[in-house]
Amino acid sequence: MAPTPLLTFILRQGDRSLVLAQRLLEYITHAPEIEEDMALSNIALDLIGQARVLYSYAGEFEGLGHDEDHFAFQRDADEFLSPVLVERPNEDFAHVIVRQFLHDAYAVPHWTHLAESSDATLAALGAKAAKEAAYHLRHSSAWVVRLGDGTEESHRRVTVALEHLWPCTEELFEVDEIDAELFSAGVSPDPSAIRTSWDTTVDRVLTEATLPRPEPPVPAVTGGLSGLHEDDFERLITVMQELARTHPGAEW
Amino acid sequence: MAYVTLTESEPPTGSEDTDPDFESHHEEFLRLIDADERIEPTDWMPERYRSTLIRQIAQHAHSEIIGMQPEGAWLTRAPSLRRKAILTAKVQDEAGHGLYLYGAAETLGIDRAELLDRLHTGRQKYSSIFNYPTPTWADIGAIGWLVDGAAIMNQVPLCRCSYGPYARAMIRICKEESFHQRQGYQIMLTLAEGTPDQHRMAQEALDRWWWPSIMMFGPSDAASIHSSQNMQWGIKRFSNDELRQRFIDATVPQAELIGLTIPDPNLRWNTERGSYDYGQIDWEEFNRVIAGDGPCNAERMERRVGAHNEGAWVREAAIAHAAKQAARAAEDAA
Amino acid sequence: MSADWPLWEVFVRARRGISHVHAGSVHAPDPEIALQNARDLFTRRSEGVSLWVVRSSDITASSGDDRAALFDPAEDKTFRHPNDFELPDAVSHM
Repeated sequence: MAPTPLLTFILRQGDRSLVLAQRLLEYITHAPEIEEDMALSNIALDLIGQARVLYSYAGEFEGLGHDEDHFAFQRDADEFLSPVLVERPNEDFAHVIVRQFLHDAYAVPHWTHLAESSDATLAALGAKAAKEAAYHLRHSSAWVVRLGDGTEESHRRVTVALEHLWPCTEELFEVDEIDAELFSAGVSPDPSAIRTSWDTTVDRVLTEATLPRPEPPVPAVTGGLSGLHEDDFERLITVMQELARTHPGAEW
Repeated sequence: MAYVTLTESEPPTGSEDTDPDFESHHEEFLRLIDADERIEPTDWMPERYRSTLIRQIAQHAHSEIIGMQPEGAWLTRAPSLRRKAILTAKVQDEAGHGLYLYGAAETLGIDRAELLDRLHTGRQKYSSIFNYPTPTWADIGAIGWLVDGAAIMNQVPLCRCSYGPYARAMIRICKEESFHQRQGYQIMLTLAEGTPDQHRMAQEALDRWWWPSIMMFGPSDAASIHSSQNMQWGIKRFSNDELRQRFIDATVPQAELIGLTIPDPNLRWNTERGSYDYGQIDWEEFNRVIAGDGPCNAERMERRVGAHNEGAWVREAAIAHAAKQAARAAEDAA
Repeated sequence: MSADWPLWEVFVRARRGISHVHAGSVHAPDPEIALQNARDLFTRRSEGVSLWVVRSSDITASSGDDRAALFDPAEDKTFRHPNDFELPDAVSHM
């Protein structure tokens, strides 16, 4: 049985948060200052929390007795519906920050609008996650500015990161039949409103960071929302799931 | 009227050779200690007190930071979302504890950058318990239960350490630490009561971590406690053996409760002493690991030094940006 | 130029009605990062509603040597303390 639009929508949100959290967790103890290890683990913790709420809700809605851990540990890599942006690796701190920034600039308006959802569970999560995302954006945009308008080396590195990650941003605003249906039902946010907000935030921060806005991606990197991921994704998921899958049915 | 800014200040210190008022300063210093008062950063203190504290506090801080690594290895691999979240919070706390402690050490007039440099060049150490690997998830449980358990034994008395900033940092740390031990024990309990594979995983982790954990308290110092300078100065409150015995007495029943066996055939309850007798500790292994020959010494330092060096451009960028902002503000004001 | 981040002292107001209290210190390159670092280090368990961060180099401290000159003379001016005034029982609440 094909998943309903709502289920797909919920899983896309949960997967986006979990995969991004997973990348941040890979980076703990590698950050350039101990304070950044703290800041990034704080962000990861919030993202895991969002994924847990979403997966629990997905399980309830699906009605097959699946809990949050089922969605995190028992689905295959091609069943994960996170956008490609969040699975991009931690090449350096500039990549970690730019990935986070491009995501946070989307997450803030996304959660804020979701707080108005006709779905009570999603609305409650939206309200809470919007506050978390606002704090994450404050952190990531502060760092984009410091790296962009810091030294020549930091400017070069953040420019490279921006060029690598920019092609992944189009996917954040893709609208398919699922989004259209849920939007008309008042469940999901208006994608164009989110896009406008994202553009405004990104333009403001890049300007302050003395960074040029990259040209539109040719072609855009996409497919994550439908389960098509890049080379390293399979490994990321395997690492995450291995222990749980080795002991089926076990409690932890 | 003399004043200092907080960054310029260093506690006034002296030694018998260098300080003409040594006698009266020292008398006042000892009076405060004997009255169980706290020594604060602007108080006079013997130079040896200051240098001992810098070393002890810094090495405690380094241990927290390095300690993030063996557990950090399982953040991406935790077997449930709840465990993943709990472990992330724990590792984050460890970073925080390191920062509280570096802050306390800095009140003694030394920069954190200098302390980190001493760690990176091997002039200061960290607890050798973190030179052991974490091959399985059960090792995460064992670390929380045993390593944090042992650390708590050491840390609670330090909340009454004579040096104010260190005592206050320890109070903060102790408040956060009890969740760490509880989560570790809960992992072990769940494994011990789980599948046969899980039970075996837990037992093998206990086998690996028991002896290193009781070695954390350090070699026997029963002979020297009464003359110990650190005892007199209120930096150390109990002997290594006393703390080790307390830890063993608390932990043996915890293992029994969840059906795990402590890997010490000589462990037995001594009714006369009201404590557990235990087997001989292999101090040679302890010394090898401290000297750098442990399984993960190289890996731990590579990660720490690597992160620091690779992060230099980031730290520089932030400073450069701050300087630009200051220059712009000055221009605007002009 | 040293890339070492300067030291900041952190003050936390735990809740409405009480003052900011010194909580410890953080390293940061500038005020915004100092505030974020302080929030992560000292209030992630909801221990506060308000934070101040101040460069340590901007804090002037009385030195230990001057304790006698600055503070002892106040000890014999006990009339500054309420307990030093005997009043009739009828107004003991004052």
